[in-house]
Amino acid sequence: MSKRQNTSRLYVPEPPFRPGDTPDYSHISVPAKHTPPRPDPMCDDHETAGHALGLIRVLRFNGEAVGDWKPKLTSEQLLKGLRDMMLTRAMDIRMFNMQRQGKMSFYMKSTGEEAVSVGHAMALRADDMTFPTYRQQGILINRGAPIAEMMCQCLSNGGDRLQGKSIPVLYSFRDFGFFSVSGNLGTQLIQGVGWAMANAYKNEDSIASVFTGEGATAEGDFHYALNFASTYRAPCIINVVNNQWAISSFQGIAMGEGESFAARGTGYGLATLRVDGNDLLAVYAATEWAAERARKGGGATVIEHFTYRKEGHSTSDDPTKYRPEDEPEVWPFGDPITRLKDHLIHIGEWSEEKHLAQEKELKLHIRDLYKEAEKMGNLSGDTHVDPLTMFEQVYGDMPDHLKRQRANFLDED
Amino acid sequence: MSQSKSSDMNMIEAIRDAMDVKMSSDPNVLVFGEDVGYFGGVFRCTAGLQEKHGLHRCFDTPISEGGIVGMAVGMAANGLRPVAEIQFADYIYPGYDQIASEAARLRYRSNGEFTAPLTIRTPVGGGIYGGTTHSQSPEALFTHIAGLKTVIPSNPYDAKGLLISAIEDDDPVLFLEPKRLYNGPFDGEPHKASVSWAGHALGDVPSGEYRISLGKARVLREGEALTILAYGTMVWVAQAAVEATGVDAEIIDLRSLLPLDLETIVASVKKTGRAMVLHEATRTSGFGAELIAEIQEHCFYYLEAPLVRVTGWDTPYPHAQEWAYFPTKERVMREINDMMDAD
Repeated sequence: MSKRQNTSRLYVPEPPFRPGDTPDYSHISVPAKHTPPRPDPMCDDHETAGHALGLIRVLRFNGEAVGDWKPKLTSEQLLKGLRDMMLTRAMDIRMFNMQRQGKMSFYMKSTGEEAVSVGHAMALRADDMTFPTYRQQGILINRGAPIAEMMCQCLSNGGDRLQGKSIPVLYSFRDFGFFSVSGNLGTQLIQGVGWAMANAYKNEDSIASVFTGEGATAEGDFHYALNFASTYRAPCIINVVNNQWAISSFQGIAMGEGESFAARGTGYGLATLRVDGNDLLAVYAATEWAAERARKGGGATVIEHFTYRKEGHSTSDDPTKYRPEDEPEVWPFGDPITRLKDHLIHIGEWSEEKHLAQEKELKLHIRDLYKEAEKMGNLSGDTHVDPLTMFEQVYGDMPDHLKRQRANFLDED
Repeated sequence: MSQSKSSDMNMIEAIRDAMDVKMSSDPNVLVFGEDVGYFGGVFRCTAGLQEKHGLHRCFDTPISEGGIVGMAVGMAANGLRPVAEIQFADYIYPGYDQIASEAARLRYRSNGEFTAPLTIRTPVGGGIYGGTTHSQSPEALFTHIAGLKTVIPSNPYDAKGLLISAIEDDDPVLFLEPKRLYNGPFDGEPHKASVSWAGHALGDVPSGEYRISLGKARVLREGEALTILAYGTMVWVAQAAVEATGVDAEIIDLRSLLPLDLETIVASVKKTGRAMVLHEATRTSGFGAELIAEIQEHCFYYLEAPLVRVTGWDTPYPHAQEWAYFPTKERVMREINDMMDAD
């Protein structure tokens, strides 16, 4: 087990395995048959208290989809979900490699978490606003955002609608229901609650869906969000993506070694669901339930998506420095793409050959899109963004002091 | 909009009237904060608004400044015009991240896709025996934030016109209310009977909508000998000190700190050759430092004396020693006389 030990009465939690250890997660139960029942979405919040400690699963490892959370999705919808996850992964691989070549300052993969973003987006309406973190690019891909333009954002080039003002992956796509991502973690949770309250005030039935990693649940903003969502019955979904790791800190640092982040919602009087985040059908089902509850006036649901971050936090860290190299492989919940693929093969809608062919096709597709995007510039060469734009959009109308500074900047040339 | 009628109002009534007028004309204007709903706010600024406009237009919030501002950011991004009250500026710090990192930067980081047109009202300043936690003037912590506007009225007329402009502004505005001026102008002599706004020219407030542009100072008194820059409570202390010394000073009420009316300031200092900056906030890195830097940059060759700032001391706001901390009329008079003797 852990190589470091507490040598005083002060307790500091440590993850079970560090580099050099042989990870063994056989103690984590994978309750295939113990999925809690699906209550009516308008049930009392306390009827879901047990769900915060269980785990909603639909896909079994043999490819079967079982239980009363099994959503009614057509094979076309399932195939699109698979394709969106594969597209997300192919894009992540390409962009990570291009960062290594110096084309952009930074990148963040969502590998292993594609079912959370894609499955969630599939169950929302197009006019539901999402408040994502930096690892939900799958929402944009599911909603059909132009991938080349996403790449341009990462390249901070002439095709970037943000004109290089934000670091890579902190996208803003209002037209695809994707709120501007903040680099300050947790801050958007309460904003999403406010957005949802505005929907309710205007008598609209669209909802908001807000995201945090498990690490940032430790921020006060998480408490604000749950408290205000409860007080004002805000029509929103509060998603905690528990991918086990906050940069190098294991989940126990965020909240001690309790069982569940979903259970945080219980004390606020919110509905709570805990779902296998590597199971696209389960993510879809939980989201569909929570969205119906919010839309009908039942208030907010906290969903913990239990998953695993298969890669580093970003291009700036090496995960083998703080966890065993083979931990992602032995994580007991499998890979979200493989699991949906196995299901589609099980129901006769897919094959290994088709899967390999699609993987190749998407790799080429992403390569072509990237080439198109890079023509508009990159950070190691010319970005084709006029530096003068840095003075714009600080305010709606540029105040005099910024006009003077812009003039000073021009004089420097 | 008709401006034919006007009436005597104190600053509380003028601020309330601004919200009332905007709530009546724009269904997207919501007012909320701690105790602002049924009760009408600890300073009564929102009294009657819930009864008149409905529970969903003016309501109480949890004691959670970070939550109040964060909620307002989300509402504003979704098309509303929230007016949030922070009960005392001393309590605003839990909301600082939401103001500095979120409200002020949302437009920039989304390149205009999302904006945060919200107004945050909060009482500032001392003079009411509020001690360290009900007296602070944290304006300089906010004027340092790109993307935010910071406004501070000194009288009922300006308060209403500035607040209407703030609510209508497409960017976040911090609206600081000098609580010592709520009920009347304050001349910096703590032990004299207080004076009300009734009968004061700037307590005569028009009904209906009118606006005062954010970024335009008011020349309160014209003069040739010295320029005094002040805002909030210190405007009236400056006026009392100038009258008592008989020095022909020009007093400029900045009204808006960011954006700043540099044009009016520079024209005045070039004319008088002397400038004094007043604020109640602590001295080091206070807004006075910014004003002095701008003046020396733009007026250096016109200056006839060193620039002077009169401020609170660099201490927390003391309770029993409140008037020893406060830059009183007496202290300002002494500084004016010293400056004029410096020739």
